[in-house]
Amino acid sequence: MSGSWYGPVDPAPDAGWQAPPPRVGFFTDTSICIGCKACEVACKEWNAVPDDGFEMLGSSYDNSGALGASTWRHVMFIEQSPSSDVLSRTADSALSAGRAAPGTDSTAVDLGMPSTTLPGEAPGGERTDFRWLMASNVCKHCTHAGCLDVCPTGALFRTEFGTVVVQDDICNGCGYCVAGCPFGVIDRRIGQKGETKNAGIAQKCTLCYDRLKDDLVPACAKACPTTSIQFGELDELRERAQARVEQLHERGVTSARLYGEDEGDGVGGAGAFFLLLDEPEVYGLPPDPVVTTRDLPTMWWRAGAAAALMLAGAVSAFVGRRP
Amino acid sequence: MSRREKTVVPPAEFTSYYGRPVVKAAPWEHDIPAYLFLGGLAAGSSLLAAGADATGRPVLRRTGRLAALAGLALSMLALVRDLGRPERFHHMLRVAKPTSPMSVGTWILTAYGPFAGLAAAGELRGLLPRRLRDGLAGRLLGVAAGPAGVVAAAVAPAVASYTAVLLTNTSTPTWHAAHRHLPFVFVGSAAAASGGLGMVAAPVGEAGPARRLAVAGAALELAVERRMEQAMGLPAEPLHEGHAGALMRASTALTVAGGLGAALLGGRSRAAAVVSGAALMAGSACLRFGVFEAGQESARDPKYTVVPQRERISRGEAARSTGGRTPVGR
Repeated sequence: MSGSWYGPVDPAPDAGWQAPPPRVGFFTDTSICIGCKACEVACKEWNAVPDDGFEMLGSSYDNSGALGASTWRHVMFIEQSPSSDVLSRTADSALSAGRAAPGTDSTAVDLGMPSTTLPGEAPGGERTDFRWLMASNVCKHCTHAGCLDVCPTGALFRTEFGTVVVQDDICNGCGYCVAGCPFGVIDRRIGQKGETKNAGIAQKCTLCYDRLKDDLVPACAKACPTTSIQFGELDELRERAQARVEQLHERGVTSARLYGEDEGDGVGGAGAFFLLLDEPEVYGLPPDPVVTTRDLPTMWWRAGAAAALMLAGAVSAFVGRRP
Repeated sequence: MSRREKTVVPPAEFTSYYGRPVVKAAPWEHDIPAYLFLGGLAAGSSLLAAGADATGRPVLRRTGRLAALAGLALSMLALVRDLGRPERFHHMLRVAKPTSPMSVGTWILTAYGPFAGLAAAGELRGLLPRRLRDGLAGRLLGVAAGPAGVVAAAVAPAVASYTAVLLTNTSTPTWHAAHRHLPFVFVGSAAAASGGLGMVAAPVGEAGPARRLAVAGAALELAVERRMEQAMGLPAEPLHEGHAGALMRASTALTVAGGLGAALLGGRSRAAAVVSGAALMAGSACLRFGVFEAGQESARDPKYTVVPQRERISRGEAARSTGGRTPVGR
């Protein structure tokens, strides 16, 4: 059971581990993500995660939708124009001007498809404001993890590495962790017992607990071809991330910011944090996440007062009056 | 380093990732609001039964004890049914965790259940064959029912109020935003429902305490619920919209009507007492389903997660905990 309920701590010793190894985590640098989804595939393969549906979602190249019981890495694709909606502007001009000759329409959208030249270098071509953000989302392995705090069976536990893992043989699928997580990460796996692995049980990223125990890098980080996903000791990753964001600022990428690296934030800092190029909510991340446990002392006091009031009310309903 | 150089305008609009939810809705079905209602009904009934036992009101006592047992049994059924792995329900008993209201609730129900059951068994003793009833076990049951009822009544208020924390200790925006007030709303609702049941089942002459508990509970529920909505801000919105809004409006109408009926006519006419009591019970059930569904809706719409957090940041009130490092790169 976790010792403290809020604030910056080293979670493994706080949970009672004696002389644990250094805390590890992920630094996901989305500025160099190419959206290849190798992380999603490697995670599925290594952890034997069942399919998460084969829907075409109409959200750019993202057809896995969101993190969930069977999606432990999720690659997001965000199509953006800072000034206006480039796609509709293009459609408008195409309608009013008729079909423009290829290469002469200066509003043509470069979707970044593979070519032998840099974007905008083609003759007559012009670079537009359009940009594509790609990011691989994952469980944050919070210092104060809402899922772990609310788990009533002890199925969710803090590992010696400071990560948060579900014990499949303990979880009874109460679903409390699903509502407890401020990031919408963990979910209960849908399916029939006996047909789907771990059906009815809460599932999420384990940060490859089995691989960590054998000194191996988690599958997603191992598979990432651009080092967008970096695995390591958290202190070292934080230094590396700070250097990277400063480098990007110097190069004029002022929108670069870190997300989840600050141990003074509402979850005591994330074990898996990110370098983003826009506001967190653009990536479906909460801009100011807070572990619900922060407010739990207030809740228990209020519930105690309410219970006392009910008892007093019931007693006074009987006092002084005989039938 | 300043927290953020550029000014953040309070958003009239908000951004999201393809409109998808930020937090996930609890994978709970209607078993859970049904439990919220039944648990409250059982708790209030145990209180009324203990009081009725002490003041010589046999019908109110019997009703209360049997309702407590029935409410508890149905609650257990609902809670186990809602699990992803019902056969593992007993894993709840592996640990006791103050950070998990569901764990705390498990232990509250574990303390409450046997005593509520024993008190109810005392009522059923009369149905036993004479040989069993007058045997040692039967006589022990008769002796134990009273004290067991008192213990059940002592734990009962916790049964009624912890369920509020069960909902509010989540990242579900509408539930969490209600965390200061919902325990009072829920105990009011439990008092109204159990008082209502007492009015339905017991004769007018015995049901005085049930009426007083019901009226006080209805008044508490109505008053605190209104104050709660004022304090919640944007996450109060789902309480007024769609199916949840309809349930909340029905709850208010039924609770007002039932409360007035109980206060003005409940002591004179048995028929009025039955109708008022039934209205109060229905009002309590509508409240539980309404609060439940409003919360689920607030989790499905990213607006209720993103906008309040954005507003917090723009007011300079982003979550901070002491001893943290200066944020970098922001």
